[in-house]
Amino acid sequence: MKNILILIGLLISSMAIAAGRGDDPLLAKVMIDQFELRNTAGPDPIVLQGQAWIGKDMDKLWMKADSERVSGKTEELELQFLYSTAIAPYWDAQIGWRHDKLSGPKRDWLAFGFQGLAPYFFEIDTAVFIGEGGQTAIRFEAEYEILLTQKLILSSDFEVNLHGKDDVETGVGAGLSDVELGLRLRYEITREFAPYIGINWTSMYGKTADIAKLAGEDKTDTQFVVGVRAWF
Amino acid sequence: MIFKDFSLQGNIDFSRRRFVTGVAAGGALLGAGFKPGQVLASNRIKQQAQTLRGNQFNLTYSPALVNFTGKDRFATAINGSVPAPTLRMKEGDNVVLNVTNQLAEDTSIHWHGLILPSAQDGVPNVSDGFVGIKPGETFKYTFPLKQSGTYWYHSHSGFQEPTGAYGAIVIDPIEPEPFSYDRDYVVLLSDWSDENPNNMYAKLKKLSSYYNFQERTIFDALNEVSEKGWDGFWQSRGMWNQMRMSDRDISDVTGYSYTYLMNGQTPDDNWTGLFKRGEKVRLRFINSAAMTFFDVRIPGLKMTVIAADGQNIQPVSVDEFRIGVAETYDVIVEPSSEQPYSIFAQSIDRSGFTCGTLTADVAMKAKPPVMDKPIILDLGDMGMSMSGMDSMKGMKGMKGMDHSGHNRASMKSTPQYGSGAAGYGSNRQVKHQAIEFGPHIDMRADAPQYRLDDPGIGLRNNGRHVLTYADLKNLYKTPDPREPGREIDLHLTGNMSRYMWSMNGVKFADAQPINFKFGERLRINFINDTMMNHPMHLHGMWSDLETGDPDYIPRKHTVIVQPGSKASYLVTADAMGGWAYHCHLFFHMLGMFRKVEVS
Repeated sequence: MKNILILIGLLISSMAIAAGRGDDPLLAKVMIDQFELRNTAGPDPIVLQGQAWIGKDMDKLWMKADSERVSGKTEELELQFLYSTAIAPYWDAQIGWRHDKLSGPKRDWLAFGFQGLAPYFFEIDTAVFIGEGGQTAIRFEAEYEILLTQKLILSSDFEVNLHGKDDVETGVGAGLSDVELGLRLRYEITREFAPYIGINWTSMYGKTADIAKLAGEDKTDTQFVVGVRAWF
Repeated sequence: MIFKDFSLQGNIDFSRRRFVTGVAAGGALLGAGFKPGQVLASNRIKQQAQTLRGNQFNLTYSPALVNFTGKDRFATAINGSVPAPTLRMKEGDNVVLNVTNQLAEDTSIHWHGLILPSAQDGVPNVSDGFVGIKPGETFKYTFPLKQSGTYWYHSHSGFQEPTGAYGAIVIDPIEPEPFSYDRDYVVLLSDWSDENPNNMYAKLKKLSSYYNFQERTIFDALNEVSEKGWDGFWQSRGMWNQMRMSDRDISDVTGYSYTYLMNGQTPDDNWTGLFKRGEKVRLRFINSAAMTFFDVRIPGLKMTVIAADGQNIQPVSVDEFRIGVAETYDVIVEPSSEQPYSIFAQSIDRSGFTCGTLTADVAMKAKPPVMDKPIILDLGDMGMSMSGMDSMKGMKGMKGMDHSGHNRASMKSTPQYGSGAAGYGSNRQVKHQAIEFGPHIDMRADAPQYRLDDPGIGLRNNGRHVLTYADLKNLYKTPDPREPGREIDLHLTGNMSRYMWSMNGVKFADAQPINFKFGERLRINFINDTMMNHPMHLHGMWSDLETGDPDYIPRKHTVIVQPGSKASYLVTADAMGGWAYHCHLFFHMLGMFRKVEVS
């Protein structure tokens, strides 16, 4: 997955360089927000969360990826391909397709959401998903950064997922399914490249937690993480 | 990318900026449209501009290797030098300038501040009949010189100006000058980056704060809490947090990328001008930077400002002045001792500086002073009125909002200002059109004020006497005393974080030309709906800046419009044809640009 993402990134960035001298050139940006090793009780997973866009000031094609690999095997992969358009000075509306590839089942969704900067500098990414068979889901993500120095930055993120219906195959239950809280301290060697350490806490709730328990998983998990954040 | 850290005082570690000569050309060569094969090792230049005199000039563009930072880079040189040669001309002459293009892309030269026919103004696809100079071709510019003073010239094509295509013009007057001096130096200020401007623009679009390393940290916040208490802290932070803007966003590109130059010399080189004790020295300051405003002073010397934008003014004695991109100021100094004096020009955001020395002894160089502290914007810089702020939630009892110290008191002593009469600015209500609302605009000044006697951010109450626009009075009578027949409002607009710039909410690519009627006297009202200073440049006609005296209106070619403020000037539309009208910050002008048609 990592290789694919980097390859796509290289391709589109080379396409976009120097595309005209107007005020609004075609540009591309690839962001690896989290590429990290998580320390858990079992085999340590490698998590990659990233985004990429290609486009102009107002309209962009946007890709989001989230994957988890354990012992060289991709356990979870979520991809979103979105059309993104500016609707307010700090906000984009996004619509498109989400594809989940879990160790077993696959799921496809229609995705619709908003991404941008809320007052008090909270970076928000929130979406509603409508899946096959009438499944629905809501996701809300927020990130806040505190500068310790100009280069040492503490970022905290929060994610919550809710589902409309049970989907035992993929391990989710109706209602509040999971919450994730992270705290990462990065050092920006350059603006584009920053190694970090952090702590990540996840917790499952309701029926989702019950399903996890049946599968022998813990309801909550606290992990130390080490990784890099990069963009170009 | 050179890795640099800046302390609060922002002192530059000179050891990292050693000027290296004689390094073989490396692999990582940047340039604007150059084929590497075009450059031979012998093209390596010393950054010393020669002076060309007369009425016939041959100027040749070619790529050249320069080294300002320890790394070899391609520059856009004219006659093999960066800066380009200084052109010394005589008022009344007909000059001929043959410009030859040995670059791999189209080029042009714009004669900044000169009054000349549109076809000679050198802006491709805007100036009448001019489409640029093709590679291998020579374009013959010819025009009569109707003025004297200090001006400059630069490319108006591609990314050539920020990569070195700029030089000084000095036009000696026919009549004797109304002041005397013994020495005469051009002091050309500029900013050099090893980065390709194309990449810099892309970085700003992807992360507009990319070059800002003076952002607020948690420790700044804690200090504020201990000073003001939690209530005061939340009140002062509230508005900025609501607006999602940084009160420390001063310059889009900073000393992180730029090396600031004086006459093509780095601070390490420390350009030197000689004097003998008792002599009067004329310094012709020109800001030919791409993106940098400079605050200029010579510790220990008073500067008598005698001309602004090439035009003589009633002399005014100051300690310091701010020079916006593309402005020029002529000053006379009289060193009373033989000590070396530092000519110190710090960037407006205090992320770096350039400096030179005035000295009686070439062996003695002056040490530059310490830079001022980084600037923090206040809500007045966002175009908010005092009364408006009082009514805003959480604004009451706010400290640090003491605008009485902003030297705006004299606005009250000239009550006619803003009356609408010629010389006094407009009395129009500021309105925001519907096109100013949308994703492309992040703020509108609610109550923009004229701030002529405001020296600007970072210069208020600094203990030095700083030049303001209110100090500028023409040395001569206003040549066109007519009242303006009409007014045109131009809002300077943009979205900082998306890095989009426009005028009246419309970028150049989507805009219709502005029409002036030949012979008319009109007023331009700028309303700055952004938190940046914009140096606005009208080609071909003077900008008669209304500073409160209708009889002695100063004439400028470039006018700074301060953040969140208003500025007005009168224009006599006495030049037929197409003219460029734009913000002179290089990365703003792509969008914040209009064509003016005089017919």
